[in-house]
Amino acid sequence: MRQFFAWLFLIVLMVFLVIGGFEMVHPFGEPPSTMDQYMIDNAQEETGSNNVVGAVVFDYRGFDTLGEATVLFAAVTGVLLVLRAGEKKEET
Amino acid sequence: MTGTLIGNFPFVAAVVLMGIALYILIFRRNLIKIVMGITILSSSVNLFLVTLGYRTGGIAPIYTDAPEGPMVLPVVQALTLTSIVIAVATSALILSLVIRIYRHTGSLDSKKSRRMKG
Amino acid sequence: MSKIVRTVANQLMLFVLVFGLYVIIHGHVTPGGGFQGGAVIASGVVVLIVAFGSGHIKNSLRERRLSVVESSGALLFILVAFAGIGTVFFYNFLVGSQIFGGIPPTGSNPGDVWTGGVIPLMNLGVGLKVTAGLSAAVLALALFSSGEEMEE
Repeated sequence: MRQFFAWLFLIVLMVFLVIGGFEMVHPFGEPPSTMDQYMIDNAQEETGSNNVVGAVVFDYRGFDTLGEATVLFAAVTGVLLVLRAGEKKEET
Repeated sequence: MTGTLIGNFPFVAAVVLMGIALYILIFRRNLIKIVMGITILSSSVNLFLVTLGYRTGGIAPIYTDAPEGPMVLPVVQALTLTSIVIAVATSALILSLVIRIYRHTGSLDSKKSRRMKG
Repeated sequence: MSKIVRTVANQLMLFVLVFGLYVIIHGHVTPGGGFQGGAVIASGVVVLIVAFGSGHIKNSLRERRLSVVESSGALLFILVAFAGIGTVFFYNFLVGSQIFGGIPPTGSNPGDVWTGGVIPLMNLGVGLKVTAGLSAAVLALALFSSGEEMEE
């Protein structure tokens, strides 16, 4: 019974997503963009770097990089905390 | 309709990858296979993000010795960078927990490590 | 592993280090930056761990040194972000000044390293953080599987 409902859910979700991929997205190759066009035109004089992706990551959207650095720090601390061989039990 | 049927194929490829990942997550019980399913799910979302920002005949958004042509969107590539780094960190944490579960219960079946007792 | 693998891994680490530092420092001129260069150097460290065994590498890469490098990278990033607090948080205050202050001409041009404002310093901070973090995570996984633990 559970298997039947799981298959039904998966098939309905996949049909919806495939139809969405064909109809509900913009045609491939012509994205409607005004914010990105502003960044391509003005990144060289406002930030002074040739790499527009680097300027977007560190200058226009610096808060996202701050959040990502925090997640990386927390994950590395978590790995080092979980993988400690525990202390030996004392003999009583 | 046939124009969008063939032209929108890269989006449907990302959706098919997501379908494979969801099948693994629902129907498989081995813990390592579940971790692989999570990784494939992250990869499908990253692929979808990058194909959203393509312009026909575009070049990379770098001004150093750039050839002629319109530039592809840069904001979408910045979002994908963040997503890839977070996926790597999360999968490292999940794998360390799987190692601990294997040492504690002795098997990699997800039905055997379901109870929450000590 | 055998003598050939160990010698080749020793010699290869120098070239991997130089290439990784090139990708980190030229982050505002060519494709790349902090995250990509950090991943390159961490993969070089993984080659060393596979060739020599984790018990041998444990004596050189202790946990406290790696944690100091990672924390200093994060602190450099945050201090550079706070330094422009006169206008906004994350303000690019080095554009037009002496250090890293050139402005490139509009359109296609051969790139110059002394441009970019505050971006090369942030690239350096993030590169240090990613290198130390990924190396520590892989070393902890390798040591736990062979039964020992990381030294302080």
